Amino acid sequence: MQTRDSHTSEDGFIRLTNVMKTYQMGIEQVHALAGVSVSFEKGSFWAIMGPSGSGKSTMLNILGCLDRVTSGSYVLQDEDVSTLGDDALSEHRLKHLGFIFQSFNLIPQITVQKNIELPLYYLGWDADESADRAVELAKKVGLEDRLGHKPTELSGGQMQRVAIARALANEPEILLADEPTGNLDTSTGHQIMDLICELNDLGKTIIMVTHESEIAEHAGYNLHMRDGLIERIKENRQ
Amino acid sequence: MKRFKLARNIWLGIENLLLHKLRTFLTMLGVVFGVGSVVAMLSVGEGASQEALEQIRKIGSHNIIINSIKSDDETSSSTVYTRMSIYGLKYDDFARVSESNPAVKQAVPVKIINKDARFHTRRMELRVVGTTAKWFEMLDRLVVAGRVLLPRDNEKMANVVVLTEYGARRILATGNTIGENIRIGSDYFMIVGIVKSEGGMAGNIQMPDEQTDAYIPIKVARNYFGDITRKSTAGTWIREMVELHKIIVQVDSLDNVVKTANSIEAMLRRFHDKEDYQISVPLALLRQAEATKRTFNIVLGSIAAISLLVGGIGIMNIMLASVTERTREIGIRRAIGAKRGQIISQFIIETVVLSTVGGFIGIAIGVAIPWAITYFSGMPTVVTMSSIILSVGISISVGVVFGLYPAVRAANVDPIIALRHE
Repeated sequence: MQTRDSHTSEDGFIRLTNVMKTYQMGIEQVHALAGVSVSFEKGSFWAIMGPSGSGKSTMLNILGCLDRVTSGSYVLQDEDVSTLGDDALSEHRLKHLGFIFQSFNLIPQITVQKNIELPLYYLGWDADESADRAVELAKKVGLEDRLGHKPTELSGGQMQRVAIARALANEPEILLADEPTGNLDTSTGHQIMDLICELNDLGKTIIMVTHESEIAEHAGYNLHMRDGLIERIKENRQ
Repeated sequence: MKRFKLARNIWLGIENLLLHKLRTFLTMLGVVFGVGSVVAMLSVGEGASQEALEQIRKIGSHNIIINSIKSDDETSSSTVYTRMSIYGLKYDDFARVSESNPAVKQAVPVKIINKDARFHTRRMELRVVGTTAKWFEMLDRLVVAGRVLLPRDNEKMANVVVLTEYGARRILATGNTIGENIRIGSDYFMIVGIVKSEGGMAGNIQMPDEQTDAYIPIKVARNYFGDITRKSTAGTWIREMVELHKIIVQVDSLDNVVKTANSIEAMLRRFHDKEDYQISVPLALLRQAEATKRTFNIVLGSIAAISLLVGGIGIMNIMLASVTERTREIGIRRAIGAKRGQIISQFIIETVVLSTVGGFIGIAIGVAIPWAITYFSGMPTVVTMSSIILSVGISISVGVVFGLYPAVRAANVDPIIALRHE
């Protein structure tokens, strides 16, 4: 309980206070989140764990400004985003967040370079600057020789590297990862986790959903969820 | 923050459309044919009406033409051997027409007799037109060589003739024609000028002049050839007495043309027992041509509207399918931070690019078809700038109107569900 209290303080970088998320399933109300309070410090690395239906995906969607809370408040970098409109949430995703998905979610019809440039396109960067940035990011993830390829021509590990490069394009403070190694074999998964840890070392705040405890061990904190509530928070010794 | 640039959005749209070239092309076809048929049909209509207007202009929009015609009962009794048909306009009619109405600026009497003409060994039948200098003032024809008839030709009863270019070429066949004498009937006339003639029909009105005309002073015509003509039809000699075959009246202003035509008709009716004259008003025909053109344009407009509607629905259908197919892509773009408005503009730009490119191909086809029609059939066609501007405008609006609904559908895709979409 001691550990948990330290993460419900008032001055967190990312702070959920008594967040509820309720879905209407027929006549029944389902509480995907039944009153969650937690704060994530800047530069920390979290793994959210729990069985399916525990509310971990809902929590990530809310943290990622893709979904809205039913009640409670969500403060992201000193701004209460729980009441913001659709456009303002899009703006937050565009400027402050980076997403890494289990199924990579690259656009298959366009090249690796165009995929990496996608956030820059919406940020309004011009073509030359975007291209330079895409090359730089591709080098960072070790794929500078694959820029002209279509995502379908790459291996799973390579696709996830592209997705990470894309997530970094807008220089977000926060990276949200949904089972980043779920579709990868063990050794590739480890390489991807090494890359994510490296990003954490560079100061990115990382919140990752996973059900593999081996993967979760990479994180500084493991947050276990059950039935829409936080069951426990464990600090890992590195 | 940097601007969200239109040119890049258009380029993105083009790139997306190029991913499915065949589908894009087939989707475009509706607009291509719609716009193509609009431009082509309008140009054929415009060509026909401009040709009619041009011909009417050649008769003269200020002119009224009164022709002598055989009335119906006269035609039926003309089989009698000794009978002489007396009909048509009189010299007195000409005097009354030219003096009684203040709106009449000038009038010209015309006498027409078909005569054989000879020049050395060549001969041809000419339509001898006895008239005055005013004929040439009222019908604007190009003078190829020499001069036209002058008032003094009538005063002096000069034996002069003005030939048409066609007639001159056929009977003279020489370059130096002015000053030569040709025989018409049994008399010699000196050629003083050559004019171009505009034969044929303008709408329902026969042009006053023909290719085989020979213009001589009317007093000379009356003096040499008289008012009575004899011609043999099916073994029977028919004698006709016609004083004037035509009176061409020029009215002072366009507003007075129809009014004056009516008052001339009323006056002629008083002096003629039978209706042995016919009044043609080119202006009335011009008005009729304009009304026909309007009707034509309405019909074409409806056809065009229907074909563009069909084309637009085709585009909408494909775009809706495309939105469903690209749900995941939309989800990715939204997750990355694209606003609803940006998704809407992305899809609308795609449909507008599609319909506009289709429109331009349609215009190319719409210009090529009239060209081919003119080339192969000689029918006049005119592609007007306004029809092209109209087509471009229509194709852009088709894109906007029919792209809006699919674009809104795309923007309303829930990114969470879309990202799970397979």
